[in-house]
Amino acid sequence: MTQPKIIVVGGGLAGLMATIRVAESGLPVDLFSIVPVKRSHSVCAQGGINAAKNQKGEGDTTAKHLDDTIYGGDFLANQPLVKRMCDEAPNIIDLLDRMGVMFNRTPEGLLDYRRFGGTLYHRTAFAGATTGQQLLYALDEQVRRHESEGKVKKFEGFTFLSAVLDDAGVCRGISAMDLRSMEVKIFPADAVIFCTGGIGAIFGRSTNSVVCTGSAQAALFQQGVDYANGEFIQVHPTSIPGEDKLRLMSESARGEGGRVWVPRNPNDTRPAKSIPESERFYFLEEWYPKYGNLVPRDIATRAIHRIVYQEKLGINGQAAVYLDVSHIDSETLDRKLEGILEIYEKFCGVDPRKEPMKVFPGMHYTMGGIWINAVDQATNVPGIYAAGECEYQYHGANRLGANSLVSCIFGGGIAGTAAVKYSNNLEKGTASVPSTIFDSEKKRQDEKNQALLSQDGAENPMTIWKEMGEIMTEHVTVTRINKNLELADSQLRALQTRYRKINLSDRTRWSNQTLNFARELENMLLLARVVTLGALARNESRGAHYKPDFPERDDANWLKTTRAKFKNGDIQLTYEPVDISLIPPRVRKYDAAK
Amino acid sequence: MAEKKVILKIKRQSSPGQPAHWEEFSLRWRPSMNIIICLRDIAENPVTRDGKKTTPVSYDSNCLEEVCGSCAMVINGKVKMACSALVDQLTQPITIEPMTKFPIVRDLAVNRQFMFDSLQRVKAWIPIDGTYSLGEGPRVAPEIQEKGYPLSRCMTCGLCLEVCPQVNSGNNFVGAAIISQVRLFNMHPTGAMHAKERIRALQGEGGIEECANVQNCVQACPKAIPLTESIAEVNREAWKQSLVGWLLG
Repeated sequence: MTQPKIIVVGGGLAGLMATIRVAESGLPVDLFSIVPVKRSHSVCAQGGINAAKNQKGEGDTTAKHLDDTIYGGDFLANQPLVKRMCDEAPNIIDLLDRMGVMFNRTPEGLLDYRRFGGTLYHRTAFAGATTGQQLLYALDEQVRRHESEGKVKKFEGFTFLSAVLDDAGVCRGISAMDLRSMEVKIFPADAVIFCTGGIGAIFGRSTNSVVCTGSAQAALFQQGVDYANGEFIQVHPTSIPGEDKLRLMSESARGEGGRVWVPRNPNDTRPAKSIPESERFYFLEEWYPKYGNLVPRDIATRAIHRIVYQEKLGINGQAAVYLDVSHIDSETLDRKLEGILEIYEKFCGVDPRKEPMKVFPGMHYTMGGIWINAVDQATNVPGIYAAGECEYQYHGANRLGANSLVSCIFGGGIAGTAAVKYSNNLEKGTASVPSTIFDSEKKRQDEKNQALLSQDGAENPMTIWKEMGEIMTEHVTVTRINKNLELADSQLRALQTRYRKINLSDRTRWSNQTLNFARELENMLLLARVVTLGALARNESRGAHYKPDFPERDDANWLKTTRAKFKNGDIQLTYEPVDISLIPPRVRKYDAAK
Repeated sequence: MAEKKVILKIKRQSSPGQPAHWEEFSLRWRPSMNIIICLRDIAENPVTRDGKKTTPVSYDSNCLEEVCGSCAMVINGKVKMACSALVDQLTQPITIEPMTKFPIVRDLAVNRQFMFDSLQRVKAWIPIDGTYSLGEGPRVAPEIQEKGYPLSRCMTCGLCLEVCPQVNSGNNFVGAAIISQVRLFNMHPTGAMHAKERIRALQGEGGIEECANVQNCVQACPKAIPLTESIAEVNREAWKQSLVGWLLG
């Protein structure tokens, strides 16, 4: 009997962790990534990783981590799986520590911890303000070690196109495109783990990296993999707006004592530093005295929108507020926050050690994603697993800061182990599948490429993409109004029609980035509609999903998971109950202790 | 008043075997433009300054905030990251070329696999027993962390290799970034247990002896990593190791 093979698609934190677990089991694993895995989007995570190690003697426990996560997520997450993650988090920190991550240290040589949003405890381990980068590198190094021993084979510079499903609907491998030769290739496997990250690109501009398009998720969705809670999109309160991307200014700036404010007088044109304390409006601290600047992200984001759009208090009438760390001494700032302050300085030309930063909310993260079960990261299609930001478990209706890194590593680990077990127990391995299954999938993908390369039309993919981003950002982020969501969906459908007339300005067959982008764009348009329709249907406000016409959480009607299915060529929304067996839902508010 | 423009001259090459040529573009200026925004403008409207239709420019990019190391290219003769290269800080016309020390893929996109292979050569990792639960890692003095952390921010962008006269097709020199990673892993309490292996991997062809102490690397590093310090320290260790080996014969 031939040995089973596992494929991992995506080389961020979740994908690398899954890869390591498979390699440790002794099964061969092929790792696919658009960019060299060391350049994955996980490098952008800044502030830290949560684990209730109680290293500051505050009485923190994993039960409190669980409660903060469930409460922060407005009771939409399935609780037993979140509990497992919170219980495992301290071990994950130990593992990363053993891998040599250069975490900040206390004088005793122990890991230092800082505060983050949505908790009152110092629970966040960190490596300066580039924690994601440091964690990704640690896992990348371990994978490279397994690679040197022949256990892992990397396919960097490949993009996933589709799963190969047999006649029984079981996944038997993938089709992928070599981004240099533009050839479609088939890779048989017994199980495939998707760790394809966020979907920022459907909002045009976001804090996400270029590769975070959600294209893989949308391709799978069309092949029958369900998509859950798509409407829950996190808009991070503090980013630097840019035409190409919204650059994140980590929550750790506030965790280390940074304060958010605007001048009390909207006509105050004095430089920020010369505005006296009494004439500054520290609105988060005034409105949320218990949590202050460290309220969860959805709360802070809506507060900033209220300041700018309702109270008309944005700095000089602009859509911006101050994020101020200039009162903290430079030595501390450099030791704990250098990575992000450097970004601000390089891109804005102002030293945030001396001047308050100007920031505004920006699309950041999707709580929703590929539907997986609440046990072992399996999707509804046999042989397909998912982990990391691309799946929907763990964060409910709003993710707490510094919980993403832990969920990636935890989920990736489970998925790796589960895929190995599944493959070893398969009655009929992929080796027994007739080659016609693979040949017909290759043909289907080749034809798609050929059609795109040869068609004539007047539409440019970049233009359609920009328009999609504007629609999504305007109507499907912070404030959602049903008639606008209906409009957004009809506009998205119009873009889908226009997409059929796109004209590729590059028709070559070598490193054609336009062809790849066009393929991603088609998928993005569909996923944008999944997000929009989910938001339209959900008539309540919960976590990051806010409808002024339905301002309250409605547990009687909406304490349920949205589960989108692709039926007869269209999106169909279904719902299923949330597992609330551990913590009964209660009202979520941050102006007082929970 | 005429609209303000950005003039770019970009070196194009359709594939590795093909001859290179230059194309000029004229774009509408906006505040806070960087080179990535310029390349996206061209993708949306791939027409040269003299009105000829062309193809969008191929280039590497991902995070756009200078932490992933993708978008290195030679801009106005100097290698830098395109995302943090702001148009208003560059003299026009802005010339953009691919890096020269790595095989070209197309236009501005290059293949830096050599660097990842070199990381494998020097065993740039901590050899852990497994990912199962084995308790906490070793204690690390804050002083070590403060030295190690800056080294661990190396994003394998390749700028230090591009500016190094010793990096050329003749000698396979791994370059400053890789030597600095050896220092990082040898400084960690667990990594130190295998320091000799990494030093050994840096001896011989393409190893640390190829360094001619020109010190361009440390100037070019976008993360201000003390690369020359790393080279000096690893060099000392390498000498020590050779000497001990010679004495024990």
